[in-house]
Amino acid sequence: MRKALILALASVTSMGLAFNALADDYITLASTTSTQNSGLFDAILPQFEEATGIDVRVVAVGTGQAFEIARRGDADSLLVHDTAGEKRFVDNGFASERADVMYNDFVLIGPADDPANIGKAQSAAEAFAAIAHAKAPFTSRGDDSGTNRAELRLWENAGVKPDGDWYRELGSGMGPTLNTAAAMNAYVMSDRATWVAFGNRQNLTLLFAGDEVLFNQYGSLLISEEKHPHLKHNLAKQWHNWLISEDGQQAIADFEVDGQQLFFPNAK
Amino acid sequence: MENNAFYVALSLLLNLDASLFQIVALSLQVSLLAVLIAAVLGFPLGAAVALWRFPGRGIMIVVLNALMGLPPVVAGLAVYLLLSRAGPLGEWGFLFTPGAMVIAQVVLVLPILAALSRQKVEELLGEYREQFMSLGMSRSRMMPTLLWDARFALLTVLLAGFGRASAEVGAVMMVGGNIDGVTRVMTTAIVLETGKGNLPLALGLGIVLLALVMLINTGAYLVGELTRRRIG
Repeated sequence: MRKALILALASVTSMGLAFNALADDYITLASTTSTQNSGLFDAILPQFEEATGIDVRVVAVGTGQAFEIARRGDADSLLVHDTAGEKRFVDNGFASERADVMYNDFVLIGPADDPANIGKAQSAAEAFAAIAHAKAPFTSRGDDSGTNRAELRLWENAGVKPDGDWYRELGSGMGPTLNTAAAMNAYVMSDRATWVAFGNRQNLTLLFAGDEVLFNQYGSLLISEEKHPHLKHNLAKQWHNWLISEDGQQAIADFEVDGQQLFFPNAK
Repeated sequence: MENNAFYVALSLLLNLDASLFQIVALSLQVSLLAVLIAAVLGFPLGAAVALWRFPGRGIMIVVLNALMGLPPVVAGLAVYLLLSRAGPLGEWGFLFTPGAMVIAQVVLVLPILAALSRQKVEELLGEYREQFMSLGMSRSRMMPTLLWDARFALLTVLLAGFGRASAEVGAVMMVGGNIDGVTRVMTTAIVLETGKGNLPLALGLGIVLLALVMLINTGAYLVGELTRRRIG
């Protein structure tokens, strides 16, 4: 037994040492679940790594949490989708630079038989009002993510205060929220990328899309050097510049799921 | 067929690809290292609480017992705040690395190992007390004897600790960040695949994890049985 113990000890500590052998040329990127769950990063990160030798480590969380991670100095760069929040982040001195990278759009998903009849709505406001009027079950992210913030703005546009038994705040990511909506046969707002790549639709279908208020802009932010001098600002800058370069924009445009382009590059 | 979780689990195991292998290996590394560190700290701590009488001993036992139920996400949050750049240990740059996951799991496993070994050692001490007295042994001399003689019971305690470590997701998700190829382990991969709506794949990964835990338990059982038999 003693021999076995020593053996186990030796093998585990040697594994422990392997932790330190990881590459040093990397940045930590705080980003959103929509970019990860759709598979975008799997498609574009290898291209960036090949061009620069820099490994990008993605921590995918809601936009609210991503801001918090960056505020505390735990990420070298941010790629999120809440333009108003991003601009505040720059104004408050936490980020030194922000750039538009790409957009996709939000879509309204619901039961195929569409009890609130939002398929015939002329605008997003009309569709949201119809759901509230029918008191049809609606699952909300409820997690202060970019999608959640956009959804709350859309209810406000529709002149409705979402409240009552039919409105369920889940406090989860986009995928888990879609899983719950599928199980409850409820309406839900999703970013198009997560929806197209989502594998457990059951009776849900895309019912409404196309209004320009559903536009979903993604921005890249560089964290303030003054606030967090320890971060890898040089490497992060290369990532930021690559994203908005011709190569980066082309990589984003080339990413498809089932023959459908999910993100549309629009860096200026 | 592709929608059957058992089929998915089987094909995952049969075509063991590099990324799955890496995830499994990291799960094992992190949890085994965490259990090892927790044992080195927790067993002597448990034995010490069993052996010595000191003020606040009762409170310490209650706290250790209660911490066995510490929610992983709370442990994760505490370690996150400690290791974050804005936190006291931020200088280490440990956040979002496997090292951070090991620390979080040590926090979760240590109370289990300390509390259960305290109980086992105390039971054994009851049996041995008179013999120790007649030999005039000091408490610090009793400790190694008791820990060694309780080794079979402590092996089960170790397995309980390993079970806790390998099964939890809240803490490693928070301090590891589920980074592909760096801090992604079995449980966080299962959460990710569930989020993508790939439910059969998620359940398939769950079955692989269970099989792995089963394998480790079988190994521990065999080691225990063989040595017990050899001693007679």
